[in-house]
Amino acid sequence: MPHRPSARQAFERIIGSGGISRRQFVHRLVGSGVMLGLSGGVLTAERSQPVNKNQQLTGRKFDLVIEQMPVNITGRPAMAIAINGSIPAPTLHWQEGEEVVVRVLNRLSEPTSLHWHGILLPYQMDGVPGISFSGITPGATFTYRFRVQQSGTYWYHAHSGFQEMSGLYGAIVIAPRSNGEIPTERDYVVQLSEWTDEDPMALFRKLKSKGHYYNFNQPTLPEFLADVRSLGFGGARERREMWNTMRMKPTDLGDLSASALTFLMNGLTSADNYTAPFRAGERVRLRFINAAGNTFFDLRIPGVPMTVVQADGINVEPVEVDEFRIAPGETYDVIVEPHSGTHAIFAESMERSGFVCGSLTSEPGARADIPATRPAEWLSITDMMGAMAMGDAAAGHSAHVANEDLAENNPLVRHASSEFGASTDMRVDMPRTNLDDPGIGLRNNGRRVLTLADLRSAAAIPDVREPAREIELHLTGNMERYSWSIDGLEYGKSTPVHFRHGERLRVTLHNDTMMTHPMHLHGMWSDLEDARGNLLARRHTLVVQPAQRLSFRVTADALGRWAWHCHLLFHMDAGMFREVVVA
Amino acid sequence: MNGAPGLHHLRWVSERVFSPFGNIVLVVVFLLSPVAVRAQEHVHAETGSEQSEGLRDPHTYSDGYTLTSGPYTLNRERSLHLADEMVFWGMGFDRMERGLGSDSDPTVFAAHLWAGNSYEQLLMKIEGELESGSVESTTTEFLWSHAVSPFWDLRPGIRLDSGEAPDRQWLGLGIHGLAPYWFTVDVSAYLGEQGRSTFNLEATYEMLLTQRLVLEPRVELNAFGKGDSERRTGSGFSDAAAGVRLRYEFSRRFAPYVGVEWRGYFGGTADLLPPGTDEHETRLMAGLRFWF
Repeated sequence: MPHRPSARQAFERIIGSGGISRRQFVHRLVGSGVMLGLSGGVLTAERSQPVNKNQQLTGRKFDLVIEQMPVNITGRPAMAIAINGSIPAPTLHWQEGEEVVVRVLNRLSEPTSLHWHGILLPYQMDGVPGISFSGITPGATFTYRFRVQQSGTYWYHAHSGFQEMSGLYGAIVIAPRSNGEIPTERDYVVQLSEWTDEDPMALFRKLKSKGHYYNFNQPTLPEFLADVRSLGFGGARERREMWNTMRMKPTDLGDLSASALTFLMNGLTSADNYTAPFRAGERVRLRFINAAGNTFFDLRIPGVPMTVVQADGINVEPVEVDEFRIAPGETYDVIVEPHSGTHAIFAESMERSGFVCGSLTSEPGARADIPATRPAEWLSITDMMGAMAMGDAAAGHSAHVANEDLAENNPLVRHASSEFGASTDMRVDMPRTNLDDPGIGLRNNGRRVLTLADLRSAAAIPDVREPAREIELHLTGNMERYSWSIDGLEYGKSTPVHFRHGERLRVTLHNDTMMTHPMHLHGMWSDLEDARGNLLARRHTLVVQPAQRLSFRVTADALGRWAWHCHLLFHMDAGMFREVVVA
Repeated sequence: MNGAPGLHHLRWVSERVFSPFGNIVLVVVFLLSPVAVRAQEHVHAETGSEQSEGLRDPHTYSDGYTLTSGPYTLNRERSLHLADEMVFWGMGFDRMERGLGSDSDPTVFAAHLWAGNSYEQLLMKIEGELESGSVESTTTEFLWSHAVSPFWDLRPGIRLDSGEAPDRQWLGLGIHGLAPYWFTVDVSAYLGEQGRSTFNLEATYEMLLTQRLVLEPRVELNAFGKGDSERRTGSGFSDAAAGVRLRYEFSRRFAPYVGVEWRGYFGGTADLLPPGTDEHETRLMAGLRFWF
């Protein structure tokens, strides 16, 4: 077929490359209704070359080859990094209790690594260059060898620079030793990710110059005037006052957006339409993995309720929801029983700049209609001030009573002395500690949206000891300088956190920023507690919302040095990263 | 007539501020400025605490271990370095514009080049005018930009004025940052040879009409401690500019604009203007803002 420039390419030629993303473009065409009838045709014309070879590897021994691969995901050629020629990398099927051997050959011209996300193993096998091993040099093969001690849905990815964003991620599905799985007729891995044609470091550099570079949902003057009309000048001013005095954007929900990224589902764009077939009456298990470097996705299958049965590889008491937010690093397994027809698997990015859509269908070849997208919502005062704002809101009849309430429930917040410098643009003195908030953009939307408070590990959490001590860490940052840190100190200025071998300790994470941070502790489980200290669920990645403070328990049973960081790759690389020593 | 009546008053004030005594005051004010900036941050950090006690030592949890010492370290040398230890750089033209009035309108540019990390940067700034292909005047600054608070940098450095008039060298100290309500402010004071001093203030604001159409008001004010007839500057407030530029950001890094700017010369400087130059002028301009 002769190559013909697509409408988008022609458009970009006129307005320049940074002008508009493919997704926005397609979205506008569809959204405006102008080309609704033609949208299928437009999408087909933009079909990219598939990069997912859909490899399923089973057994005990695995050979993985990491090498560059030319791709064309956005309509222009680019270079990606693939494993065995595929993005996502092959899905590895393991068996609980078995020893696996994974030989990884590096055919890149730079060092690389693979980290087994959420997997319990000796620290030398964890795959973080500079902490667990020296990395895999060009041309070298590293052999990972460990016994699999768990079951469920996990994933693996590079832990070297931003290689993960260039394609180095894949799924791991571990079959349980005993046959306790909920029976389903279909079982699919649905891996969400993002792609950029640019070198990810080039994106990072731009954020270093201008923290709001990719935010195209910023407050504008016409919005202000509209508020003046509806709220009066005082009201419009008041709505903005705190944002303006604090020099923060109420729509700062993500550092990157669809203006830089193309969102993928199992390596496919919306145009390529990832398809999960089923027959009417079948139960379908969907293993969602967020392998994106920086993007939270809000996932729903309109018209099809989802029963969440597993989170981060750990079975949970089933909970039926209509929508859930999945952070980079997290996994959620859901079971659906769709009625026959074609349903959209719709993952909308949290900052509302774009989406990726696939089809769950009983009609081969069908394409789901793309659901309506939602506008970006302003962060609320709760996201900014935590319980202080909630107290105001709850007060209603008497602010006095609410304040007394707060004084009782408010935990003793201890900021670090290093949080008072240029690295930290805000601090929260009265954090919120409730876990039943689905987060910005999902509140009160008429759907049942999963929250952390809904999760209960199905099996009892084995270590019931009361924590003997508490470690409090504050998540900090400065959006204008684009720096991210813990306790106001980036990794390079930090010292490790020492867990004493064998102890059970409580870790409290306190978010002194306006952004949401998925915190991933390597090597050990994070057993989430509610504000009263009740154990809820085992996680490997815990999302801390703005102005939120949450606690989890850790059993320090894994000797060695481990990484602990925000799983937004840009935050991690900016320095929101700690080393843990278990000794 | 030297401008409007109000400007006479301004001149009276400025001549007293920019006396030799005024120079000392200026230096003291700038030496105290980090304190002032810090105080200002605390006032405005509404959710920020001002706790002097009960703060944690962030290194307590390490029990004396470091990234290169203690059990299970890989090497004596640390090999994991993240972006917080990288040197970034950037350069750009904040303004590069030409008047639309007549062919003799100069091309004005303001460019910067920086290298560093989040808190410490080496910064070079050049502003200048080109007229019929030759450099009319340039002001070049080499600054160390040092973060003193979340939104403010202190910028000591040197400044070189050159061009058709005799060169001048200055030692300077500036404060640059983002004030509440999103005003970008750059205030600098300089001491030169033979007891000269000068002061410069620039402030800009970005008003988004759409996500890509940005209206940017900008004001600038200059003052000199004593007259310098070779460079045609008098003492006191010398000149000021106020304008708006409307740019379209094809990308954040590439934005052509049109604008209108008023510039006025005051006091002794107005007296020293070359013949044929107006004390006040308003010009339309078109330009390009870009960086990478």
